Amino acid sequence: MPSAAFAFSHEEIEAILLTLKVAAVATIGTLPVGIALGWLLARKRFPGRALLDGLVHLPLVLPPVVTGYLLLAALGRQGWMGAWLADHLGIVFSFRWTGAALASAVMGLPLMVRAIRLAIESVDRRYEHAAATLGSSPLVVFFSITLPLAAPGIVAGAVLCFAKALGEFGATITFVSAIPGETQTLAAALYALTQTPGADAAAWRLTLVAIVVSIAALMASEWLARRVSRQVQGGP
Amino acid sequence: MNAARSTAIDIEVTLRRRGFTLDFRLSGDFGALALFGRSGSGKSTVLGLMAGLLRPDRGHIRVGGVTLVDTGRRIFIPPHRRRVGLVFQDSALFPHFDVRGNLRYAERFGRASPGAVSSAATSPVLALAFDDVVDLLGLQRLLDRRPATLSGGERQRVAIGRALLSSPQLLLFDEPLASLDAERKLEILPYILRLREQAGMPIVYVSHAADEVARLADAVAVIDAGRVQALGPPGEVLAPAWARGPGGFAAVSVIEARVRDYDQAYGLTMFDHPAGVIALPGRIGRPGEPHRFVIRATDVALAVQRPRDVSFRTVLSGTIEAIEHDPGPIARIDIRLPSDERIVALITRKAVDELAIDMGDRIFAMVKATALDERSLAR
Repeated sequence: MPSAAFAFSHEEIEAILLTLKVAAVATIGTLPVGIALGWLLARKRFPGRALLDGLVHLPLVLPPVVTGYLLLAALGRQGWMGAWLADHLGIVFSFRWTGAALASAVMGLPLMVRAIRLAIESVDRRYEHAAATLGSSPLVVFFSITLPLAAPGIVAGAVLCFAKALGEFGATITFVSAIPGETQTLAAALYALTQTPGADAAAWRLTLVAIVVSIAALMASEWLARRVSRQVQGGP
Repeated sequence: MNAARSTAIDIEVTLRRRGFTLDFRLSGDFGALALFGRSGSGKSTVLGLMAGLLRPDRGHIRVGGVTLVDTGRRIFIPPHRRRVGLVFQDSALFPHFDVRGNLRYAERFGRASPGAVSSAATSPVLALAFDDVVDLLGLQRLLDRRPATLSGGERQRVAIGRALLSSPQLLLFDEPLASLDAERKLEILPYILRLREQAGMPIVYVSHAADEVARLADAVAVIDAGRVQALGPPGEVLAPAWARGPGGFAAVSVIEARVRDYDQAYGLTMFDHPAGVIALPGRIGRPGEPHRFVIRATDVALAVQRPRDVSFRTVLSGTIEAIEHDPGPIARIDIRLPSDERIVALITRKAVDELAIDMGDRIFAMVKATALDERSLAR
């Protein structure tokens, strides 16, 4: 195999960096929403709770293309929300990398909320009660007790969301298409290469990168989860 | 209710849960109050209501003149704004802080809580400094350790310290010794006693162990099926006849005596009591100090004449107040002492007949020193 086989083209590097950026922004952006929803579903009983639960989980069961189409309909330049956001706040999602991040976030949200909800449900309420009797307001209880004790699950949820974002394809391509350098993530680039005669070497390069990034993310999450859980549980 | 009495408690609440109704009324100024009853009797529910972790369907709770909840007046003070500390059965120490962190947490949020409701006008909140609490509970060596590495007894000591540092006006204990083995119980009990005696902290103590309650409480409320069945000093409440039978408990007697002196040669502390002399192994207290004895009815033997040639060193004389038995083999004898205290003895019905004892007879109650020993409490 010639050494040129490992020389990444400019487009490939762009796709790789874009994918990491999109996944990172999607994960960080989803985190506050995921924590709020996870806490709401784990700790609160309110009318419409089942509906909210269903809505959050919808992207998990809908065909990704449908999710992408719904995003396009709502947030595209012609969409009712998209038009308003563009006119009043100057925020545009369609055919921008931010749209790719949004699509990834929506697809990753159910996975993150599930993990965080389980983590918060498993926090023993007696710790929260103890904190309350010691004089902590509900807000202080949340940040000083609930959140730290749920941290390992929150990390797990963030990693799931990140992994989902790395591989997101259907919703992204439907919502923001695959514009090289703007919205063409690794998965989209790889798909394009498989449709191009004689691009096998390039396709393999991206495949390799996908594998390496995924394994690195897994290992990093494992390390982080262990660190956090050691901090929470305490050791000798 | 007298608002000037800072520790007065006034509770009148109802709470319905599936298959359970709590209808609880209690008011008075108790010092150390024990809620005593079987598990499922509703005693822990009362603590939850006092701490604000539960809301009553109807009723009110006032502590030291402060209304914590009153459904009629739509008042509900949330737990973090009450000056009510709670020590949980299994301590509930925060696993993500070390001992120092747990204590500082209470100190920080307990003192800082704005709008905390207290009757500061009538009584200063008991504010103990960090170092005082560490000394009182012997926590110095534990400060840097994580809760997971502590023994059950150490954990409970830290939990008590944590509750104290939140500057409560009232401290609630939810079966703090129930999850501990005998050794650990012995480790904790003196600290709780010290709290009552030295810190003067009003306490509500929930337990289903008669001897714990007898040792700690100034007043005992016996709870069954969500209601107060009896209320009074431990000596009065823990001995009566209804303490037997289904749902009852092993009757105990509570008497108080003052230290006379310490017998160096035999290693016994001798106590003076109007009914006789009491001997206890080990050096306990200083002369003149009062000491509370908890005597199990099963540990008492009886004699119709002042016994000689027996090993018992503790012999208390009194008169028989009641003899009770059913067709079963065991009879129960209530003996009134000159101090107006009462001792209950469980002996065989055969012994009652053969000794020919009857109401009003003079009788001698004998208790082995080893049964009086505080260490036997934990067995």
